[in-house]
Amino acid sequence: MPSGTNAPMTRVALLGDEALAQGAIDAGVSCAYGYPGTPSTEIMEYLRAAQERNGRPLARWSANEKTALEEALGVSLCGRRALVTMKHVGLNVAADPFINGALVDIRGGLVLAVADDPGMHSSQNEQDSRFYADFAKVPCLEPADQQQACDMMADAFDLSERFHVPVLVRMVTRLAHSRAPVQIRLPRPENPLQKTDNPGAWVLLPAAARQRWHRLLTLQEELAAAAESSVWNVETPGDAPWGVITTGLARNYFLENAPQLSPCPAHLHIGQYPLPVAALRRFAAGKSRLVVLEEGYPFVEERLPGILLSAVEIRGKKSGHVPVEGELDPDNIREVLELPNRPAALPVPQELPGRPPQLCRGCPHLDTFRFLADALNGRGPHLVASDIGCYSLGALPPLSAIETLVCMGASISMAVGAAEAGMANAVAVIGDSTFLHSGMTGLVDCVARRVPVTILILDNGTVGMTGAQETMLPSSALAPLVVGMGVPESHVRVVTPLPKHHDDNVRILQEELDYPGVSVIISRRECLEWARRQRREATP
Amino acid sequence: MGAPAKAGGDTVKCDIILCGVGGQGVLTVGAVIAMAAAADGLEVRQSEVHGMAQRGGAVLSHLRLSDTSVAADLIPRGCADLILSMEPLEGLRYLRWLKSDGVLLSAEEPFLNIADYPSPEILRAMLDKVPGARLVPAQSLAQQSGNRRAVNMVMVGAASIYLPISRLILRDTIARMFASKGNDVVARNLDALELGAASAAAQARSSS
Repeated sequence: MPSGTNAPMTRVALLGDEALAQGAIDAGVSCAYGYPGTPSTEIMEYLRAAQERNGRPLARWSANEKTALEEALGVSLCGRRALVTMKHVGLNVAADPFINGALVDIRGGLVLAVADDPGMHSSQNEQDSRFYADFAKVPCLEPADQQQACDMMADAFDLSERFHVPVLVRMVTRLAHSRAPVQIRLPRPENPLQKTDNPGAWVLLPAAARQRWHRLLTLQEELAAAAESSVWNVETPGDAPWGVITTGLARNYFLENAPQLSPCPAHLHIGQYPLPVAALRRFAAGKSRLVVLEEGYPFVEERLPGILLSAVEIRGKKSGHVPVEGELDPDNIREVLELPNRPAALPVPQELPGRPPQLCRGCPHLDTFRFLADALNGRGPHLVASDIGCYSLGALPPLSAIETLVCMGASISMAVGAAEAGMANAVAVIGDSTFLHSGMTGLVDCVARRVPVTILILDNGTVGMTGAQETMLPSSALAPLVVGMGVPESHVRVVTPLPKHHDDNVRILQEELDYPGVSVIISRRECLEWARRQRREATP
Repeated sequence: MGAPAKAGGDTVKCDIILCGVGGQGVLTVGAVIAMAAAADGLEVRQSEVHGMAQRGGAVLSHLRLSDTSVAADLIPRGCADLILSMEPLEGLRYLRWLKSDGVLLSAEEPFLNIADYPSPEILRAMLDKVPGARLVPAQSLAQQSGNRRAVNMVMVGAASIYLPISRLILRDTIARMFASKGNDVVARNLDALELGAASAAAQARSSS
């Protein structure tokens, strides 16, 4: 087992996310920050529960992934270990401190737990965070099961402190949300508070940044050497003339099928990046064919031809033998393993209707969408730009109330662009938490240029979609905030989305659509799920 | 399929597809079975669905029990011993996972939150094509147990006759889960469990 761990203690059933969080606790993490996002949310929820029980570690939701990572950089500068949690698209938001964080002199271990969503169960894309680690030139660890998710954290923090760079731990949905028994170890103590003795390495003015960049480039050889000797990169011999390379969960899908393979191919599993070049070359030697199985983009497969010394046939996603889109599973890798399809037991009836997710019965967003539709009715051309949250479901029929969902906070900025392009009735629909995450900056543009946009902030007092986490600011702070940002007080309206107020709400929205400037309508009613949870917590 | 007995076969393996509609308690049913299986010394993997899909949409969970290590979190197609569904339409959705001699065990009552839900006749016809389909009157059995909300426990009970888990340990797990809510709640949930088990057992007898 890797360093930093002690004798096994107890065995408990944990989600992959929870196992990772437990591993961070055992590794002596002092502070954890994150923004909720499926499939990463349960990491922070577990840490927050631990904080409630034991007082440590500090576990906090942040306004967005960028502030979360910057807060963690501050922790690291002070010598303590910090964890940052986010979903894959959250790393786009935090990309600035991530790429530049690789150049500073990391002191306390800094680990990013980033959960990718192959198959897009709850996301707008399938981006593969291993590319980000490669881009930032920092190590990446990729657990293949719940136990590894727990055990790798000690290594991740150790690597970060040994090489003074952030380390990325890549989760995927199926591991994040799958439960298995995990051995928990005795916790390592937290680092003492000790500010960096190399403060110049934190000031990335060009002259210093050039030195830091040089250092990061020369470090690459050591990072590669660490991967060569890593316990997470494991070779298993076989007797077939071909071999299989797996990463992450693909290992399990291969092992599920391996008993049917005779002769069995040799197997190289990769759990630590940068890629172990020497190990890959050794593994490929003498083999006629390599099969590459990896969840996400063909990261390993794309790099192999440049790594291997002789031409070997490579089969995987790029070669068309494994589906490029969606998740791997125990069945869709059988073709590349030259196993026949399993006999289909029974066909699914063709006439089976789908059951897409939908807003809860009585959800305040439903009432908002109804008065929005009536207010826009007969006004001619319009754009309803929207954002990410439960209210994104308003795009589905029969509501069909919103027209865009691109990225966090884009609703307001896109409505600004549409209005400046000449579109009348430019409306932005955004949730309270998404507004605080990254909608505010769009509002600054809007106010500064007096763009005629009508912004609906759906204030349900919580982060609903991810399971009702607290928002950063209470509802009472929203109206003063937008007034403070420069929206005229007379055009900041607070309404209650209930059927009995429908006509009033239509009238108010029409008044603001008529106003040739920036208006903000705060549509405020508490999330039903959140209210239910409050009641559950209130009863002993 | 009979109960996968521990004696006789060399290994114990039970792959279960759990399904239903977000909010119906699919994950609760899975958690009870998984906890009891772990208490009975089995290896357990449970893949869950969180996030957007839980908002009134189709929910699918893979639960794998084994006395040896489990490789994948997902069940291969055509390999599930049991589909356990909280409502009939959802059970049909995952038929491609069911073994040819597997059992589709579903609560009888439809969950109606979509406009194009099939008529009872069409639904019946679709279920009739599945040799291992068994319907449990879960809501009325829950009512009978004195706890309308014990539908989950009825379905755990119905599933229990197909599970490689001792009834004693299953009862003990449920008793511990509800211990903080008092003896009365424990007793009613255990009643629901037994009613579900009896219903499934009667159907298994009549169709074998």
